[in-house]
Amino acid sequence: MGVPDKRVSLDEIVGEIRDGMTVGIGGWGSRRKPMAIVRALLRSDVKDLHLVSYGGPDVGLLCRAGKVRHISYAFVSLDSIPLEPHFRNARQSGAVTATELDEGMFLLGLQAAAWRLPYLPTRVGLGSDILAANPDLRTVECPYSGDTLVAMPALELDVALVHMHRGDQGGNGQYLNVDPYFDDLMCMAAKRRFMSVERIIPTEQFANEGPVQSLKISRLFVDGVVETPNGAHFTECPPDYARDEAFQREYAATAKSDEVWDEFRAKYLDVSESDYQLRVAS
Amino acid sequence: MTAAFTRAEQCCVAVAETFRGNGEILANPIGTIPMIGGRLAKATFAPEIVMTDGEACLIENVMPVGVADAERVVGAWNPYRAMFDIVWNGPRHVMMGATQIDRFGNQNIAMLGALDAPKVQLLGFRGAPGNTINNRTSYWVPSQSPKSFVAGVDVASGIGYDKAAALGQRAARFHCLPRVISNLGVFDFETPDGTMRLRSFHSGVTVDDITAATGFELVVPDDVGETRAPTEDELRWIRDVIDPNGMREQEVPNP
Repeated sequence: MGVPDKRVSLDEIVGEIRDGMTVGIGGWGSRRKPMAIVRALLRSDVKDLHLVSYGGPDVGLLCRAGKVRHISYAFVSLDSIPLEPHFRNARQSGAVTATELDEGMFLLGLQAAAWRLPYLPTRVGLGSDILAANPDLRTVECPYSGDTLVAMPALELDVALVHMHRGDQGGNGQYLNVDPYFDDLMCMAAKRRFMSVERIIPTEQFANEGPVQSLKISRLFVDGVVETPNGAHFTECPPDYARDEAFQREYAATAKSDEVWDEFRAKYLDVSESDYQLRVAS
Repeated sequence: MTAAFTRAEQCCVAVAETFRGNGEILANPIGTIPMIGGRLAKATFAPEIVMTDGEACLIENVMPVGVADAERVVGAWNPYRAMFDIVWNGPRHVMMGATQIDRFGNQNIAMLGALDAPKVQLLGFRGAPGNTINNRTSYWVPSQSPKSFVAGVDVASGIGYDKAAALGQRAARFHCLPRVISNLGVFDFETPDGTMRLRSFHSGVTVDDITAATGFELVVPDDVGETRAPTEDELRWIRDVIDPNGMREQEVPNP
């Protein structure tokens, strides 16, 4: 078959991420997050990242580990636990600064970057404190109707990190749950694009897994692919697996004290991905 | 005759009434009692409305809440990206929560304190700016107090009638806040200056209870009455079909 071999290791992905970069993370809340890549980032000495995420525990973990300088977000939630405790602590202590966005503005920012446009116009943000929260955000006058609209700037990413169910070695990606989220836009909005998948399969086997509409990410927009079974854990990745609610509760409880966090970190984060998987399986 | 009912059940009916006469729209209530109320409306007097399964599908049957693997009749696929199509196109009435809401209907779910230095980080702006500028938005406050019904919100995530007026009629032409429903009563903004008005009080609640739980001057019409009681048929739908596990009573305990 004619697909190139773009398989990479987690360490190779992290090796491309430098201090201060803008990193987009796919998924939504505590759903299909590229957690194996996030864990590899946690083990690295990268810092001062600008995260762009429909945020979940990816944001909370990276904030708690001191990797984050700034976040562009519309929400950060664990879904079954509405508020992300580590993100809250990071915001309330002033450890990270934030660009406050509406969920739809966030989509438009990614879409603008994906289409190589400087901005996209929208009504969203008019009248709300989104404008007060973003002094750099500009409005434009429509040349046809004269309407004033918000000019949502492109959310240009240095790196995109996404997790899909299946992929081939060339970086074609297939999702098998009900929602593609915005992973494809994340990839198109980024200079370098990395995808983890539950399983790397031969391209011709995609058809056995799902309809052609499930082939949402083209290898045109992927630079590296890594197989990480259970790699979205503890976020959900149905139909392969549900969210690990017990583990998520254990994670959320680590916001209570440094001691509990240190214990969690030593057990689950200061270890390799394979050791992590052994520990969560036991 | 109406049967004995709980406060939560009356709240469900008040939510359902919010969607009466809306036409063929996506009724998109968020929260347990809002979801029950929306599905009650669809089951009874508003079969034309469309609802979500809480995930990425629009469903045509009346699904129960909190029941895993409940039967689902899918009419349309509606992943998040398609939801923005509906929001921006318009045929939707969302019911959101509000940590704070003020007399003009400005809503805050983002944070408490200052924008650049939150004392209490909440959800963020979520979809509130886009909802309120694009389609009908109602609110559900399960625990009304002067801390939730406030004189002024710390941050306006959803826009109220004062901010909509400042935008001008054309820019704000899709802005509409039909109702606010709390555990104590039903409210609207049908006043000359777009300030909040008591529309009805729930059974067992007095107007004084409500004004004491409100941190601003509420418009109280002389002829304000009780929220409509659930009918026998509605109670059957709520108890037997939509919320068989009684989740509603956890969200609003019976006084």
